[in-house]
Amino acid sequence: MKLIRICNTPRIDFYTADLTTKLELPMASTLLSAGFPSPAEDHIELKLDLNRALVKHPSATFYGRVKGSSMIEAGIAEGDIIVIDKSLEPKDGDIAVCFLDGEFTVKRISSGAEGLCLLPANSEFKPIRIAEESEFQIWGIVTYVIHKAR
Amino acid sequence: MFALVDCNNFYVSCERVFNPGLNGRPVVVLSNNDGCFISRSNEAKALGLPMGGPAFRFRKTLEAHRVALYSANFALYGDMSSRVMNTLAALAPSMEVYSIDEAFLDMTGFERIGLETYVRSIRHRVRRDTGIPVSIGLAPTKTLAKLANRMAKKNPQFEGVCILPDREAARRAMASMEVGDVWGIGRRHTEFLNLNGVRTALDLADAPPAWVRKHLHITGARVQAELNGDSCLPLELVRPPKQSICTSRSFGSAVTDEAALGQAVAHFATKCALKLRGEGELAALVTVFICTSPFEQKHRRYYGTRTASLLLATQDTLAIVRAAAAVLGDIFKPGLSYKKAGVILGGLAPVAATELRQASFFDPEPLQVQETSSKLMQALDAVNSRYGQGTLRIAADAGTGWKQRQEKLSPHYTTSWDDIIEVRVDS
Repeated sequence: MKLIRICNTPRIDFYTADLTTKLELPMASTLLSAGFPSPAEDHIELKLDLNRALVKHPSATFYGRVKGSSMIEAGIAEGDIIVIDKSLEPKDGDIAVCFLDGEFTVKRISSGAEGLCLLPANSEFKPIRIAEESEFQIWGIVTYVIHKAR
Repeated sequence: MFALVDCNNFYVSCERVFNPGLNGRPVVVLSNNDGCFISRSNEAKALGLPMGGPAFRFRKTLEAHRVALYSANFALYGDMSSRVMNTLAALAPSMEVYSIDEAFLDMTGFERIGLETYVRSIRHRVRRDTGIPVSIGLAPTKTLAKLANRMAKKNPQFEGVCILPDREAARRAMASMEVGDVWGIGRRHTEFLNLNGVRTALDLADAPPAWVRKHLHITGARVQAELNGDSCLPLELVRPPKQSICTSRSFGSAVTDEAALGQAVAHFATKCALKLRGEGELAALVTVFICTSPFEQKHRRYYGTRTASLLLATQDTLAIVRAAAAVLGDIFKPGLSYKKAGVILGGLAPVAATELRQASFFDPEPLQVQETSSKLMQALDAVNSRYGQGTLRIAADAGTGWKQRQEKLSPHYTTSWDDIIEVRVDS
């Protein structure tokens, strides 16, 4: 998977993916369990193509690189790559890339009695209520987060 | 029924996807080298900024209205175009990609579920998945679909969709359209028609067919028939808009082999490059598409397209064939029967505008090499124009060999080879 940068914004850099590359890894379905071996272990034929696993709707999928820390407790850290699917209908509780008053932001969306709210996942940040007059758009739904562990 | 799906102010719309704050503001996209307007938002059009107008001449207007200026980002536009086309390909049994931002869809068979509902769902789907707004014209012929599309754009109350289901609707629409705006009627013919009292599309539809045939020849006669609801105009016979040069072809019999497909694509790329030099233009984008027959079983159906942007705009056959081959390698899926392939060159700019350009620090080739390439192309064209096309060709292009093989499979098809694939730029 090769990322091609197509647009920079203050909060998120957008990328488009080159989905033509393929790296199939054998999937160890028994994972790391200690103990007695799975009887299926001898029959592992499954291969995992990350492109296929992470991208369900190629024409509608974009990648973004995250800047900022407001979603750290949701496992989204600075520098992470998020997989964004524009074709999905937003559901309550989804993490979404939103456009609010001139800026992109990543937040959990929540529709309550007081209207739509953007919830951060970091106690240092406050929820944002979407005022009627604000310029707001749910740009796409975050489906996966790719985080570098070392 | 044919639907023409056209992306609204495509380059501007691409910029707006990634900067929604530009919605409602005047926005223009400038060509890379000469700073002319190549795409304008409706707000920019309303300010009187003309297509192709040089930015420096409109500086006052641009500043006074805080018009957002963008340099062309062809890598982005090419990618967004692939997304739009791939989305459309999944929604119709067959499709003709007509340019970077337009496609014809065959809507036959959708009458039963309600054409308007379906077409609106297509529009919604493209908008949702890619962020690009499109307008759709729907009519019994391609020429009328094009006309309907124009109506959809001009009348906001149609909300992006205009359907001309029958003769009466088509006649009403034609009465309100100038003949020069009809698809396939060029500037010279427009002057001639106006002088002879043919002012609207309806006038042309009602003109005596023999007179039209005599003065506008076969192309004009076809346009007239299409306006009257008689679908007879193969897409390839009408010239594409200025932004692109396309060479594509349905194969006489299906091609499964990547190497054979590669030869075809190299051949199309060569043809495109030749046309490009004929037009005196440079191309910045190379798009390749390959597709299976729409009648294949669903899991064996495939439409692959991708656009490569060239670091340096060129008219060199070698560079264009190389780029096309790389793209084909990306989109080719083995085990399928391909029915059609094509090459589209986009991001065109006249050589004159780029000739005096300063070499970029990142230019992959020093100017001297570019000069050698230009001499090589001149020699290539001189030999081929004297001894016949394909006399001197690059190895990847099987040239006549490929043609002959097709000739054997489907002789009728090579007889019109030179007429049909090339679709030239209208002046």
